[in-house]
Amino acid sequence: MEPVSAKSPTAAPFSIEKVRSAFPALEREVHGQPVAYLDSGASSQRVLASIQSVDRYERRHHSNVHRGSHTLSAEATEAYEGARATVADHIGAADRREVIFVRNATEAINLVARAWGDANVGPGDRIVLTEIEHHSNIVPWQQLAERVGAEIDWVPIDGEGLLDMEALAGLLERGPKLVAVTHVSNVLGTEPPLAEISRLAHEAGALVLVDGAQAVAKLPLDIAELGVDFYALTGHKLYGPTGIGALWGRLELLREMPPFLGGGSMIRKVAREGTTYADVPARFEAGTPAIAQAIGMASALRWLDGLGMEAVRRHELEIADYALERLATVPGLRIFGPPRGPERLGPVSFEIEGIHAHDVSEILDRHGVAVRAGHHCAQPLMDHFGIAATARASFGVYTTTEEIDRLLDGLEDARKVFGL
Amino acid sequence: MDELYRDQILEHYKRPHNFGHLDDPDLEFEDTNPFCGDEQHVTIRLDEEGRVAEIAFDGKGCAISTAATSLLTDELVGKTREELLRLPKDFVLELLGIEISATRMKCAMLGLKIVKSASLGQPAEWEDEGETGDPSEAVADLG
Repeated sequence: MEPVSAKSPTAAPFSIEKVRSAFPALEREVHGQPVAYLDSGASSQRVLASIQSVDRYERRHHSNVHRGSHTLSAEATEAYEGARATVADHIGAADRREVIFVRNATEAINLVARAWGDANVGPGDRIVLTEIEHHSNIVPWQQLAERVGAEIDWVPIDGEGLLDMEALAGLLERGPKLVAVTHVSNVLGTEPPLAEISRLAHEAGALVLVDGAQAVAKLPLDIAELGVDFYALTGHKLYGPTGIGALWGRLELLREMPPFLGGGSMIRKVAREGTTYADVPARFEAGTPAIAQAIGMASALRWLDGLGMEAVRRHELEIADYALERLATVPGLRIFGPPRGPERLGPVSFEIEGIHAHDVSEILDRHGVAVRAGHHCAQPLMDHFGIAATARASFGVYTTTEEIDRLLDGLEDARKVFGL
Repeated sequence: MDELYRDQILEHYKRPHNFGHLDDPDLEFEDTNPFCGDEQHVTIRLDEEGRVAEIAFDGKGCAISTAATSLLTDELVGKTREELLRLPKDFVLELLGIEISATRMKCAMLGLKIVKSASLGQPAEWEDEGETGDPSEAVADLG
């Protein structure tokens, strides 16, 4: 495929060969063929820079953070806090104390549901979710609603999977406490109008939490511009390690929130009579954190910044467009989500009449093509379409049009095997 | 020829045997494969001796789960509830006659799990992952 040049003056031109050479896992074969990894929406491959930074830290600099004054502890603390600053820079946070390290986006959302939710949501209060949410942005709110006796309202979607903004306006008239919405759908590749949702929600007195698990690896991000209140992200979908993610929250909100987990690091003073808590972010980081993983996530973000997020976004759009164009030619194939368009991101979810998604993915695997089959942790969305499962091809910075061609070849074989 | 998707499997997937729903069944159960959301619903009518007289299943599933339940339900007429509960995992695997990977084992065992749950009148709890599971353990709970 043609190299795409980046607009950002600080970024080198986007060369797909160079990008691919930064991912060791892409060198391996599956069933005798180079892996065509079209499952980055579930977990992306690791970029070498991140692998190396974790390795370097583990070999030379490891100690516990924020404890003691010896050299190794100082180095570990500096690297860990440096990782926090990198995350803050990347997402456009005004203050690095607004970045709390957690295990993943799921934990980030649970933190808000527990710490903010238990203190601010009561009987009869309402929480607004959308039909395109991942289970991670549904279940914590259902659990909160059950604990405190709150109610959940759902913003419906139209046939293409776009949010019904009129319905949202109607639900906001009921004065909800919070709107929880994804930045990019993990099934449909749609991007809800977050800035508008924030504005409407704030006018109605509601806060806005965004699940950014899919978005951070695809889109430039400026938290201030979005105007949201909480943002959850995860490292393993942005070419970094598992076991690390971050919650961003407005400083004034975080400062008002009681702790989530109790233990070491999150205290100011512990006495037999009681404990006072540390200021943010330490208040929400009880226990020894995932130090190496935080460093690895930050390293992956720096690598992405080197590419330029505008170029990354353009690559995602090009690949999604090519995949949508090619998949539309497969007989009996139904695509979920909007058709081709200038803003249509991946992933692309589809079903083929007469072949179950599991069988599609099993046959593709024999061609070395990795896609996900199932409900994608979005069962309310599957219910909306009246289906149990789809196959999903999701893309990364390393995805090529040749890999999409191999997806098509695999689908042709699947149709042959099933006598279609 | 494809090893997993051999003709017998595809034939049972496209035209499953005993596909449907019995009215007023003596035993019934439905369950889902939690990984993919696939659903099957089994209904069973017993004769006076408490043996399976008729069995039917419906639902949505992949080639493996549909073919497995189609093949399984062909073999169950005349069996008592206790016999259903004693059916081992291998019973289904031998009917399928193909290698089932760990990731597809839940698909292959969905129908058997539902038949056992229907016999028991409650979810049959048995380890169905990997090679260690023995569905005949479910019999212990039969009252």
